[in-house]
Amino acid sequence: MDEITGGGLPTGRPTLVAGSAGCGKTLFAMEFLVNGAMHYDEPGVFIAFEENAEELAQNVASLGFDVKELMKQKKLSIDYVRVERTEIEEAGEYDLDGLFIRLGHAIDSIGAKRVAMDTIEVLFGALPNQGILRAELHRLFRWLKDKGVTAVVTAERGEGTMTRFGLEEYVADCVITLDHRVTEQVSTRRLRIVKYRGTLHGTNEYPFLIGKNGISVLPITSLALEHEAPSERMSTGIKELDDMLDGKGFYVGSSILISGTAGTGKTSITSAFVDAACRRGERCLYFAFEESPSQIVRNMYSIGIDLAPHVKKGNLQFYATRPTLYGLEMHLVTMYDLIKEKKPQVVVLDPITDFFAIGSIGEVKAALTRMIDFLKTEQITALFTSYTSEDQSADQTIVGVSSLIDTWLSLRNLESNGERHRGLFVLKSRGMAHSNEIRSFQLTAEGIKIGTMDFAGRSIRSVAGGG
Amino acid sequence: MQKPKARTRSRTPEKTWELRLYVAGQTPKSLAAFANLKKICEEHLAGQYHIEVIDLLKQPQLASGDQILAIPTLVRKLPQPIRKIIGDLSNTERVLVGLNLRQE
Repeated sequence: MDEITGGGLPTGRPTLVAGSAGCGKTLFAMEFLVNGAMHYDEPGVFIAFEENAEELAQNVASLGFDVKELMKQKKLSIDYVRVERTEIEEAGEYDLDGLFIRLGHAIDSIGAKRVAMDTIEVLFGALPNQGILRAELHRLFRWLKDKGVTAVVTAERGEGTMTRFGLEEYVADCVITLDHRVTEQVSTRRLRIVKYRGTLHGTNEYPFLIGKNGISVLPITSLALEHEAPSERMSTGIKELDDMLDGKGFYVGSSILISGTAGTGKTSITSAFVDAACRRGERCLYFAFEESPSQIVRNMYSIGIDLAPHVKKGNLQFYATRPTLYGLEMHLVTMYDLIKEKKPQVVVLDPITDFFAIGSIGEVKAALTRMIDFLKTEQITALFTSYTSEDQSADQTIVGVSSLIDTWLSLRNLESNGERHRGLFVLKSRGMAHSNEIRSFQLTAEGIKIGTMDFAGRSIRSVAGGG
Repeated sequence: MQKPKARTRSRTPEKTWELRLYVAGQTPKSLAAFANLKKICEEHLAGQYHIEVIDLLKQPQLASGDQILAIPTLVRKLPQPIRKIIGDLSNTERVLVGLNLRQE
């Protein structure tokens, strides 16, 4: 989130967060305070107009925010302001000093630097005199600035206007809108920075997720392409394949695509690589989108690759889901959160093909770009597998993403003399001299065997590899 | 005129109206509210009322108890139900309606 706004919310000024019901405004406001209290030693005051302290604490507890503890430590104070229209009778001139006094008292008593008001529009429905209310709101925002606190004020989206009661005219500095859409039964949340005086900010919509750690915003693409390019190499786990790649294997932190028709052995190549990495003590995250982890482990065992001990030791962690279960953004953020948490050296996505079922080529490419950018920044080596049809050159989906890939291994079925053989060749591999031969590729009980092919496409000699 | 906390005794405690006037310092609105309130009480509730003035500038922590937002606010604590009237109480009619002393 701080990336998108260029450093966070403007200090000492109010930020308006507008969204319809259920968009996550209250959560955003609360997370702002909780983060301030827990990570920056900035106590916060939450003025709640809709829920009382007990209800709020319960609502955010599932996101890992222990509001009650923070209140005990005087890092957080929640003041529930209840306004009931039917209870109030207006008789003469008044101002909202009561609110100012309460707010001031709360801020002073814990030395608060952050304030959240959720949602101040409740006052519009409760107080009959809009003239007085608007004048007092003007005064409130000036008062907040004078007090030197950074405030988040939430408001409802209006029909065609940014907020229902026009709060944006009081909060000119920073406005963030939250959106919650359901398309094709998949729900997506987005946030957008609408106004931000004085600084650069992205004007796009950013998908976000409300997960077990609060709000996660997808990292933005590094437009400057400033990743470091490591020069170390890592073995593919198959000696012959290393040979095909200048004798040394993949670059650390590179992106590798293994494409092929069904059953050609893509998963076996990724497994050989993962096996070798785990033996070196590296940590691998394997995102499986088609086969269950136990199926993968069993299948690989039959060709002499034993992944079970790595799983047991914790070096290899599988995460399996069907792509169609969530939206693209949700998958991305889930993976992003896991990668941030587990800090692996290797990440596998097997296969990425099914993502095209939940997004257009453009969307999937954008999502993969973000993922690859992120992985490169963290210098994590990434392997992707992908199904292709027999005629790969016509495969739009692959062509769409291949420009993001550093090393592309292609598996093909080749027929000759009435026999079918599998062939493996390196379609491209940036930054290294690689073989341009098609090698024969066999899966045996002793492991992956890569050999040379004769002119007739028949395998002459195969040398045991892998395992 | 010094009125941090004013009490006006009543003679018949059973039907005493408990009224609380919340102010913020001695502003013109606050002083007017008190004066207007006294007048209305003497006229309609003679001998049956009890006014407590709370200055939130001196005791800010008391604002949340009665959920005070506007200043001045008059809260009728007794008889129940609680009624709140905001403003300097210059509009006598509305005050009486608010206190339920006038049939609407």
